[in-house]
Amino acid sequence: MMKYFIALLLGALLGAAIFAIGLIHNPFNVDSGLSPLSVSDSEVIALSFSGVPSEAIVFTNDGDSHVKPFPEKVQQLWEAPIRLSSVTATVVYDARGQAAGLGIKFSSRSERTRLLQGDAIVDSAWYIYLPDRGSLFVEQSENHWGYLRDVVFPAYRSSANSWKGAWLGDLTVGPGALHTAAVTGGAGSLRGLKMEAVESLSVRAYSFDSGPVAAEGRLLIELPWTSEGLEGESSSE
Amino acid sequence: MVGAAGQNPALPQGMIWPADDVLKDVRAELFKIRNARDTVVGVASRTVTRDGSGEVIDWVLHLPARGSMFVNMRPEALKGGFRRGELRAGSREFARLGGLMSERWVPNTSGDPDAPTGRVELVTNYVSRQDTP
Repeated sequence: MMKYFIALLLGALLGAAIFAIGLIHNPFNVDSGLSPLSVSDSEVIALSFSGVPSEAIVFTNDGDSHVKPFPEKVQQLWEAPIRLSSVTATVVYDARGQAAGLGIKFSSRSERTRLLQGDAIVDSAWYIYLPDRGSLFVEQSENHWGYLRDVVFPAYRSSANSWKGAWLGDLTVGPGALHTAAVTGGAGSLRGLKMEAVESLSVRAYSFDSGPVAAEGRLLIELPWTSEGLEGESSSE
Repeated sequence: MVGAAGQNPALPQGMIWPADDVLKDVRAELFKIRNARDTVVGVASRTVTRDGSGEVIDWVLHLPARGSMFVNMRPEALKGGFRRGELRAGSREFARLGGLMSERWVPNTSGDPDAPTGRVELVTNYVSRQDTP
């Protein structure tokens, strides 16, 4: 009787291990590849921002995650409807590394997440104010599966609970058909314009105890081909 | 959170508002949104800036699993302390909606010394947006 129980236990453990390996190294989950905006001829606004929560002006979440809110005394999002959400306020920089404005990002883990299909979906919205141009609203769905698979999971497995390397990937997967975010101009010279954007993340170090240690986010916003009021103001960056 | 150049004291404690010149006319506030039953249902930001045409007041409301809204307010206050704005864009269930939103400061009159000084009341009216062919 005992040998059947041991065989069952070993079989279950082996099955779980095969399932976990298959989930992480699923050959049917392929990365989306090059962003359509990186080969666009249109003029773009290129913005970057720190991907490290403690380098933001404010970062908050439920407070139970391994990525801690910053500063320490910021109110946490502990209420049930917003427990899976986070908010970041950060300075955004232009392509020359100069402060260009303010970015506020709202993110929520999506109910559309399907790990078996390689979908770790986050619904997010950016509010960006650029004094030289105006305000922007960016709404998108992001897939964090590649980031989890290549950065967070190796950090979890590491005996030092950390990961170092070079990871770069596009996060945006919608709502645009070409995996682009929808952008609406709110004020200034961007008022009323409909645009597209792609957010990407570059990570060089990650700690499973505190989250990203060295990381930079990037937003590439494609301006419309023809637009009154933009002539002479936009530049390819 | 309330962030603005010269804001004293900064909220929350420990927050350092960047000294960059580009943010000197920007004031940003973050809120938890409560519904009519006083239950937290989302988070929001209110940003006030000044450009060549005057004051710019923008709201972004984020309701997890429902979507987000971007509302551009008219800077002038109406009779009764209201300010009105237009729903410019939205995601998910708000993607095909237009409409108006009003904001109003409602002072706290409960007399409770621990209660906040008041709250911002937002009232939104939606209309379905028809896509033009």
